Amino acid sequence: MSATQSTRPGTVQPGRPRVPRHGILRLGLSRIGFEIRLYFRSTDTVFFTFLFPFIMLGIFTAAFSAQGNIGTNPDGSGGISVGAYYLPGMLAAGMLLSGLQNLAIDIAGEKGDGTLKRLGGTPLSPLSYFIGKIGQVLVTGTVQAVLLLIVARFAFDIALPTEPEKWLTFVWVFLLGVITCAFLGIALSALPRSGRSASAVVIPIVLVLQFISGVYLQFNALPEWMQNIAGLFPLKWMAQGMRAVFLPDNFAAQEQNGAWELDLVLLALLIWLVVGLVGSRLTFRWIRKDT
Amino acid sequence: MGSGDESEYMTTSPPAVRVARLSKSYGDVDAVADISFDILPGETFALLGPNGAGKSSTIEILEGYRDRSEGDVTVLGEDPQHGDLDWKARIGIVLQSSGESGNATVAEQLRHFAGLYPNPRTVEEVIAAVGLEAKAKTRINKLSGGQQRRVDVALGIIGRPELLFLDEPTTGFDPEARHQFWDLIRSLKADGTTILLTTHNLDEAAELSDRAGIIVGGKLIDIGTIGELGGPDARVPLVRWRDAAGVQHEKRTDAPARLVADLAAAAGGEPADLQVLRPSLEDIYLSLVRRHAADSATDALNTEVHA
Repeated sequence: MSATQSTRPGTVQPGRPRVPRHGILRLGLSRIGFEIRLYFRSTDTVFFTFLFPFIMLGIFTAAFSAQGNIGTNPDGSGGISVGAYYLPGMLAAGMLLSGLQNLAIDIAGEKGDGTLKRLGGTPLSPLSYFIGKIGQVLVTGTVQAVLLLIVARFAFDIALPTEPEKWLTFVWVFLLGVITCAFLGIALSALPRSGRSASAVVIPIVLVLQFISGVYLQFNALPEWMQNIAGLFPLKWMAQGMRAVFLPDNFAAQEQNGAWELDLVLLALLIWLVVGLVGSRLTFRWIRKDT
Repeated sequence: MGSGDESEYMTTSPPAVRVARLSKSYGDVDAVADISFDILPGETFALLGPNGAGKSSTIEILEGYRDRSEGDVTVLGEDPQHGDLDWKARIGIVLQSSGESGNATVAEQLRHFAGLYPNPRTVEEVIAAVGLEAKAKTRINKLSGGQQRRVDVALGIIGRPELLFLDEPTTGFDPEARHQFWDLIRSLKADGTTILLTTHNLDEAAELSDRAGIIVGGKLIDIGTIGELGGPDARVPLVRWRDAAGVQHEKRTDAPARLVADLAAAAGGEPADLQVLRPSLEDIYLSLVRRHAADSATDALNTEVHA
């Protein structure tokens, strides 16, 4: 911009050097850092997505600890603390919040405030944008889960499993669940009519799912029909997978079919992953043309 | 990619933007009706017109944001309806308005967007060009409306575009910021950037653009260099004065000096409240728009009578 010499319109300009565009993956990775930075600057997100499971775990532990352990033997021995019982549910809730709630509200907001329109005018591929969002969810969701485990272990004195195979289950349930929720969030972001209504549309869905899927209420205490409805949605399976990791094995008897059914957890999450992928692919637009 | 390099050896290059018989309707409403114009490489072209005249529809079709109903459009050699990422890397867009939450700082936002383009300008250079050096580390949502607008402009030019779209870029600018913006646009022009500008500020159009088109009611009612718009008749100077009885007179004449001399001779001194006015672009624009509005009102009346 330092050139002072003026070019006459219509005359030939010096050819601009054509530099090849950056690859989709490289731009996607650069989006991840940018997205994470903005995530932690949004007070709403940090409170209602990142910190929410911590707050709920604290409330449950404080509110119900006087009622003694859950799953005790008839003689009053054994069982686990209320905090330990709710930890798997809070981890599953964290996955749902970090993936689905976060992205559905975030992307609907970016659609409403013109961020997507602006990005749509740049050489950013929607794929790179997705990589940025999924990466943001993976990083923030992992930090959230690790902190939740640290708080559970050291603040609430909850015993964590020591068997490596339990942690292997944790890793695949967590990764598959978070990624599935992230894609479902991208797909769900098409639903709110405006960025401002996004919270009002998304939060009730997320809240109802948490109540019927064994996050806030003991799943085995719910009526069978409610358990069956919850079984149609992914959160129930994420919570079940997490219970399989963190609850003692004798708790499996309390599950709907008396077993952890990890093969069904895998199947349900894979089906929802496909739903999320197809839904994201079909509904995502930088802008709605001609509205 | 290859065809662009050949132009270096040619004496004339194809237009940067070619619009032929473009129409756009939303349901029954014709927002744009049969518009044609070209923009040459390196040219700054202004689209002028009242609100709702079809300027933004036209510019958004060229940017690839909207699909046209009819006609042919070529932007940098491609149909914007199917513009790929390589094409997007060559254009810069400053949208009419943006309300981003802006949790990033000015420098962060620009650094990120610079990273999206293959051959960007430097962040420091662009921040300086829009005069936001003191605000580089401020979050965008903490800036004033005019300063946020300058960030919009900065984001539009960070990718070193060959073609820059500016949709009402100086809304909310104070006069000093506007003049600084004009200097920026002049330096972009000097770099060879082709610019399509819409504005309600006629001084701005006269200052910056080589040619302008006026859109009213979806139709292009006039097009030409700033000096040609409205035709020669629209530029006839106006002499205004008050006679001895205090009655105001005005007369259009190609020879204002002679008229003033005659008036002075007749009055035996200085004619009262004497003014010689050359119509500004704004005067010419307003008379064109009013004439068109009157014509279409008459048309509508005639249609009604015949119906």
